[in-house]
Amino acid sequence: MINSKVFFQGLKSLKGSKSPAIPLAACFVALGALLKDAGFNLQQSAASSLFTYALPGQLVMAESLLVGASLVNIFIAVWLVNFRLYPMTVSLFPLLEHKTQPKWKYYLSCHFLAVTSWLIAKDGYKKIDKKHRIDFWIGIGIGTWTTAILMTMAGYLSAEYLNKDMLIGLAIVNPVYFFCMMIGAMKNLSISVAVIGGTILGPLIYVFSTEWALLFAGLIAGTIAFLMGEKNGK
Amino acid sequence: MESSQIIILAIIATSLATFISRFMGALTSEKVSVKSKVFQWFNCVAYSTLAALLGRMIIFPAGVLAESELMIRIVVVCICVIIFILSKKNLVIPTIFSGIILSILS
Repeated sequence: MINSKVFFQGLKSLKGSKSPAIPLAACFVALGALLKDAGFNLQQSAASSLFTYALPGQLVMAESLLVGASLVNIFIAVWLVNFRLYPMTVSLFPLLEHKTQPKWKYYLSCHFLAVTSWLIAKDGYKKIDKKHRIDFWIGIGIGTWTTAILMTMAGYLSAEYLNKDMLIGLAIVNPVYFFCMMIGAMKNLSISVAVIGGTILGPLIYVFSTEWALLFAGLIAGTIAFLMGEKNGK
Repeated sequence: MESSQIIILAIIATSLATFISRFMGALTSEKVSVKSKVFQWFNCVAYSTLAALLGRMIIFPAGVLAESELMIRIVVVCICVIIFILSKKNLVIPTIFSGIILSILS
């Protein structure tokens, strides 16, 4: 059902000089401590990472709860911040598609789609035989997802031993890791324009609209990047 | 409502709001060919949306990161990117370095 050799190849991407385990651990430890602060218990904190597994959305949820936002507001705010997962899925899953693979694998494993797993899969899919790429993805997904859940619990349990400066240090690790990975992915003109344009437009549009910033910045910078790539033959 | 009920409902709302985008993505993927222009466009939009999120996380952070100085965050990110390039794209060194240096500076 699942090709175990390829599955473990995916799982092993958690080791080595490109290891996502450390930055992933750091940010979920920080999240665990934050959730404790927001009044969650250990089970609820673990459940949040188990069922949501998307850090920016979980941060929005915790902060919204702290200011007493309504459920509808939480839903909309999270949807807007996590909407990036839609273009991310569409830009990855066709690469993993194979007609011999059952659909349920795709429908279930889309839950593993997060920035870390996406960047690893985009970086490594070419090495894997097309037929088994979805199993490679499931391996990456199980590894990163489990790390996130366990580290949320570790963060919750160690919250009282972590001071503010340590938590700030943990919180920067994640954006720095993603930034480095994105720079590593800038191999052609359109991706480079997309990354640089998005980085500039994201905070710029945020000044005018906190909620819609990501969606607009992504659409505008992404479309410009696409058109430039087309014009210059990538 | 009790606070623990509100938390459980918030977890459900957050998880649903997140899964919708993933699942819609999986459904759309069935109709998108790797060689098509639409795929290229989605790829660009995915990278720029992600970059926008990262830019926002560093300039206007949520959570504890908001308590550090903006200039220090920008300097730390720049130093780490340079380390990343100099270390032949090793990701472990710059990420560990970033956490330690920001803890010390803040």
